[in-house]
Amino acid sequence: MATDDIWIIGSNMTKFGKHLDKDALDLASAAAMAALGDADMTMADVGVLGMGNLMNSSAGMGQQLQKQIGQTGIPVFNVANACATGATALRVAVMAIKAGETDVGMAVGVEKLAGAGLLGQRKAGPPSETWEPSGRVGAIGPQEGRIGTGIMPGVFGQVGMEYGHKYGGTSFELFARISEKNHAHSTLNPLAAYQKRFTLDEIMSDVMVAYPNTRPMCSGNCDGAAAMIVVSDAKLRTLSLETQKRAVKIAASVLTSDPWQDGCQVLPDVNTLTKLAARQAYEQAGIGPEDLDLVELHDCFATAELVHYDNLGLCEEGGAVDFFESGAPWRDGSMPVNVSGGLQSKGHPIAATGIANIHEVVSHLRGEAGDRQIEGARVGLAHVIGLGSACGVHILEKAA
Amino acid sequence: MTSPAQIPFVDYLILGDTPHLQVNECTNCGARFFDRRNACASCFGTDFTKARVSTTGVITSYSIPHTAKQPFVSAIVDCDGTPVRATIINVDPSPDQVEMGMAVKLATYSMGTDADGTEAIAFGFAPA
Repeated sequence: MATDDIWIIGSNMTKFGKHLDKDALDLASAAAMAALGDADMTMADVGVLGMGNLMNSSAGMGQQLQKQIGQTGIPVFNVANACATGATALRVAVMAIKAGETDVGMAVGVEKLAGAGLLGQRKAGPPSETWEPSGRVGAIGPQEGRIGTGIMPGVFGQVGMEYGHKYGGTSFELFARISEKNHAHSTLNPLAAYQKRFTLDEIMSDVMVAYPNTRPMCSGNCDGAAAMIVVSDAKLRTLSLETQKRAVKIAASVLTSDPWQDGCQVLPDVNTLTKLAARQAYEQAGIGPEDLDLVELHDCFATAELVHYDNLGLCEEGGAVDFFESGAPWRDGSMPVNVSGGLQSKGHPIAATGIANIHEVVSHLRGEAGDRQIEGARVGLAHVIGLGSACGVHILEKAA
Repeated sequence: MTSPAQIPFVDYLILGDTPHLQVNECTNCGARFFDRRNACASCFGTDFTKARVSTTGVITSYSIPHTAKQPFVSAIVDCDGTPVRATIINVDPSPDQVEMGMAVKLATYSMGTDADGTEAIAFGFAPA
C-alpha cells in the first residue's frame, strides 16, 4: 500500500561561481534538465513547477524556463521568499503532491549574482532642497549609518554578538574559526565557487566588512541554479528499481515565518522561527537531532552559523560555543555541518541556495558525494533562512 | 523673522527640552512599535497609545560596518526593556571602544539646515 511519503528522485545543481556566458535561463535550464535526466523523466511527466528567482521575481521566470525546456500547460508558481526562495519553491511542489493535485513536481531555483556587491543597501536618492519626511517612520534621509545598520553582514554580525552577550564565550576569533572550518570543507567540493583553504590569520586579517565578519566570513554572491524532481509514494512504486533505490525520502518539509517576539522589528529575530521550524520538522520526521548524520545550515555569515547550532537543536540551549569547540561540526566530528563548504565558500546564489543545500544532503544519502562523502549517511537536515523572515527546514532520509 | 524651525530625522524622535524616542504601545498587550500601525503584530489589537522610551540603556549587541564612507557602530540598545536600533556616537568605531552591556544615553545632533532654514536633528546613543 502506498504511503503519504514524498520522494526526491531527481536532483542537480550547477557549479556555483561566475558563469559569464550563461544567463539565468541557461543556468535554470541546465539544472532542471539534469534533474529530469537524473529522475529518468521528461517535462511531459511533471505536473507542477515551483520556480524561484529573487532578483527577477516579477518576470515569470517559471514560464520563461518552460519556453526553454518544455511548455506543457501545467501550473507554475513563481515564488519569492528572500534567501528561503528555493526551499519555498520545493514546498510548493511538495504541497501540490500532498494535496493530491499531481504525482510529480519540479522545483527550480536560480540566481545571477556574480559581482552584485553588498545586498540590503538602499541607494540614496538625490538630496532634495528641503527635508522631506517619507516612509513609515517619516525619515528625512537614508537610515543606514544614522540609525544603525540594515546591511546583511552588519545585521547578522549583531545576531552573533547578541548570542555572545546572552550566553558568553564568543569572540572575533571564534567566529573566524567557524569560517576556517567551512573553507577547509570546501576544498573537497568541486561545485563550490571558492575552494581555497584559509588560515585563521588570513581570515582575521582580511578586509573587515562588518565587525566581526571579515570578507571570507561572508557568503559570496555568485551565479548558480539547482533543481529537484519530487514524486508521491504511489508514483515511486511505478518507477524502475534503480530509481527507487536512489530515491530520498522527504521526512519533513517545513516553512515558517517569524512569530512576534519583543524587539523582532528592531533586530530581525532569526532564532525563534528557526527553532519553530526545527521543532515541527523533527516532529514530522519522528526523529531527533541526535539521529542526524549531517546538516547543511544557512551560514550566510560566520556569525549566523553559530546561532543555528543552537536553533536546530544540535546542542543544548546556550551551548553553541561548546558544541563548536568540541569539534563536532567538522566533517570528521560527531555532527558534520556544512561539509559542502557552506555559503561562505560554496557561494550563495540566493534562490538556488534552498534547493542546493538539499541537493548536498541528497548526494550524501545516495552515497554519491565523491571525495566529501560522509560515510554511511542515512539522515540529513537542510536549513535556510531568508531575512524578513522565512525559514525552511527539510529532513531527508535514505531509502530503506 | 521667526527662529529657525527644527525637524527630527524620524518622526519617533521627539525634540524639545527633553529629546526622547516615542513608540506606539498596544493598549492591550503592551507591545511597542516605532512605525505607524494598522494593528498589533502580537495580539492583533488596534488600540495604541504614545509611550516614552527611556533615554538610557545598555548595549546588547553591535556590529561595525565598514561599508559606508566611514565605519560606524550599529547597536541594539536595551532602554529599560525596550530594544532600540541606533548608531553609537562619540566613540571610535573600533571593537576596543565598545563593550557589551556598556551604558549609553540618547544624544541628538544637527544634520544641517535646508533651503528653508529648517534644521534637521538626528539621534544616536553616546557612552553614559
